[in-house]
Amino acid sequence: MPKIIVEVMPKEVLLDPAGKSVNNALHRSGHNDITAVRIGKRIELHFDRPVTDADLAEAQKIGENFLSNAVIEDVVSVTVQN
Amino acid sequence: MTFKIGVVTFPGTLDDRDAQRAVRLAGGEAVALWHADENLHKVDAVVLPGGFSYGDYLRCGAIAAQAPVMDSIIKAANGGLPVLGICNGFQVLVESHLLPGGLIRNEKQHFICRDQKLVVENIDTAWTNQFTLNEEIVIPLKNGEGGYIATDETLKRLEGEGLVTFRYKDVNPNGSMNDIAGLRNERGNVVGLMPHPEHAVEAGFGPDMPGTMRSGVDGLKFFTSVLNSLVNA
Repeated sequence: MPKIIVEVMPKEVLLDPAGKSVNNALHRSGHNDITAVRIGKRIELHFDRPVTDADLAEAQKIGENFLSNAVIEDVVSVTVQN
Repeated sequence: MTFKIGVVTFPGTLDDRDAQRAVRLAGGEAVALWHADENLHKVDAVVLPGGFSYGDYLRCGAIAAQAPVMDSIIKAANGGLPVLGICNGFQVLVESHLLPGGLIRNEKQHFICRDQKLVVENIDTAWTNQFTLNEEIVIPLKNGEGGYIATDETLKRLEGEGLVTFRYKDVNPNGSMNDIAGLRNERGNVVGLMPHPEHAVEAGFGPDMPGTMRSGVDGLKFFTSVLNSLVNA
């Protein structure tokens, strides 16, 4: 199925409490080489036809304006899987 | 004349009935507004109540900000309609760009529920004109994602222009920058805050006050303020 995959991450400068909790749990189970965990979102936009460049440009816009909040998050990638 | 205050219900809203009750106790007429109906039914002001609209999917308030009723509210707010966003309603205002910044998960990750002391730092708004400047009030706070955050530039502007309307006192419960509990817009018709004034409007059902249990009614002034601003409009 053709799809566009949008990935959103909390901004680097922000404390990510969920990631921090997971990191603490990993340390408790001995994974001490992992220094930090950050948790973001992967959002898939599905199509029943091939994805065009226009779709991709629109997805970029949707990603920046709706799927993420620029105050707290960054869109780190928008990719096509045809 | 009786003024009509609309209270919006989104799927997942919890405190719409309490907000309607607060409107009535203040002397207004409460009008239920529905998320899927763009008609504001000629209300004189709008309350966006607390809860978990659309299950907090995507981000708190993000999907509600796209609801048909919000199209009308954003337009009306830009034209001067008084709008109060409480808790999830504050998140909706931020996601609608009616107020700047964002709200993130509480610093210590716990859902917080407490009677919270606030300082009212701006009384030139439709929703705070019945307070005195720097008045200390106590109203309930209950949120999981109430940490206010903004860019340095926005924070500087908010502080410089006196747009911080409520600040947490004694305890910053959720890690909000500059202890910010609530904001106003430049015009003063739009106010948003995390704590819940609609839960402190009737003796016997409000927060505990020194010497008397559940007697706190500091929240009522939000609603008498808006009615006052409409009389003088």
